[in-house]
Amino acid sequence: MASGIEQSEASVEAGASVGQAALGNSADASAELTGFAGWWAQTKDRASFVWNEQAEAGDFVRHHITNLRPAGADPMDPFVWHYDTMVVSWVLGTVFVVALAIAARKVTAGEPGKWQNFVEMLVDFVDNTVKESFHGPRNFVGPLALTIFGVVFLWNLMDLVPVDYVPTVMYIVGFDYFRIVPSADINATFGLSITVLGLMLLYGVKGHGLLGYGKELFTHPFGANPLLWIPNFMLNVVEMISKTVSLAMRLFGNLYAAELIFILIALLPWWIQFIPGGAWAIFHILVVPLQAFLFMSLTIVYLALAYEKH
Amino acid sequence: MLPSIWTIVGQAGTFLVFIWAVMTFVWPPLTKAMEERRQKIAEGLAHSEQAEQALDRAQAEAEDILREARRKAGDIIEQATSRSTQIVEEARASAVAERDRQVAAAEAEIRLATNQAREALRERLAELAVAGAGRVIEKEIDAKAHRELLDKLAAQL
Repeated sequence: MASGIEQSEASVEAGASVGQAALGNSADASAELTGFAGWWAQTKDRASFVWNEQAEAGDFVRHHITNLRPAGADPMDPFVWHYDTMVVSWVLGTVFVVALAIAARKVTAGEPGKWQNFVEMLVDFVDNTVKESFHGPRNFVGPLALTIFGVVFLWNLMDLVPVDYVPTVMYIVGFDYFRIVPSADINATFGLSITVLGLMLLYGVKGHGLLGYGKELFTHPFGANPLLWIPNFMLNVVEMISKTVSLAMRLFGNLYAAELIFILIALLPWWIQFIPGGAWAIFHILVVPLQAFLFMSLTIVYLALAYEKH
Repeated sequence: MLPSIWTIVGQAGTFLVFIWAVMTFVWPPLTKAMEERRQKIAEGLAHSEQAEQALDRAQAEAEDILREARRKAGDIIEQATSRSTQIVEEARASAVAERDRQVAAAEAEIRLATNQAREALRERLAELAVAGAGRVIEKEIDAKAHRELLDKLAAQL
């Protein structure tokens, strides 16, 4: 149970400094106002703050890499939501599914339209990638791979939105923080990789049977000697944990670092930003699909390893 | 990078929902359509190959027919040429024969006419000779008695 003092310290630690000054102002200005009027007064205060004041570099960076958590939550309290990550990933995922469903609903075996052609190319590409690694029924693994690729791609793509726009606008309209790159939030990448871990276990059972998979865990990779059961099992557990962690950390690390560099570039004088910003954005165009593809193909390989008999 | 268990759980749930949606609404129709198109294209290719073979066969056949027709036409022309030559020859032969026949007939007619004229001339001459001689000799000569002599004379003309 955090006391009031701890909470305010916590929010300063969490990087609320940019908002803090304005928040202080707005708290003064809108103390007596509530509802829409209060919100409007706060929004005007914040807009004038963003327009007139120059935030310190450290505060600026800290603000831009802080997720939107419940107001006053302990920064180390894990039992909270990151609203921005959830909302952005829901929106992007919905856009992805709806865009593909539109193509799928009007699909024809005859001459395809432009959008259908593009979606088919995507599906074909994913299907071939799955086919190469995973030699089993693809009616689940195919959609899984496609979803991973599309969702992670769109997540990463958010890094190309100018880094200042959304956090600033959202700050002005009343959200203290707002990050729009879900893959730069470690919780989102772990959400994916833990799902993949669960699927790995499911596919292990699906491929070998419950007993067979248990046996597999205890007798591989060293052998079936009872003395080796414990080492085998421990090694397998470590392997699974490392797969899960590396899957999540690889994506997170790449995108977090990229986002940080965009933020640092945004600290440069405005007339020079386009040179490093442009170069980094162009390089990032490579990183965005590459990381999505890596996440997808590693997931397929992990599932194939779990599913197939050795 | 603060921890947020709910975000992890929420992301996993979100992810599963989207996988389900893709698996239900996106993947099956698209892969089905693509497979259908693949089959269509394969059929189309097979058909085009068959058509190409049929075309080759038809062309070969047409060439055969053409060659045969040319050969026949050549034969016919040759036959016609020889036939026409033959006809011309026949016509010439019959024309020659006709000419010879007509010439012969004309000659025969001429000969007949000549002979008749000569005969008539001879008779007239004999008469004239007799008349002349009668005038010269006057009644001394009996026409009957000298008739034989005069005929001999006429025959020598």
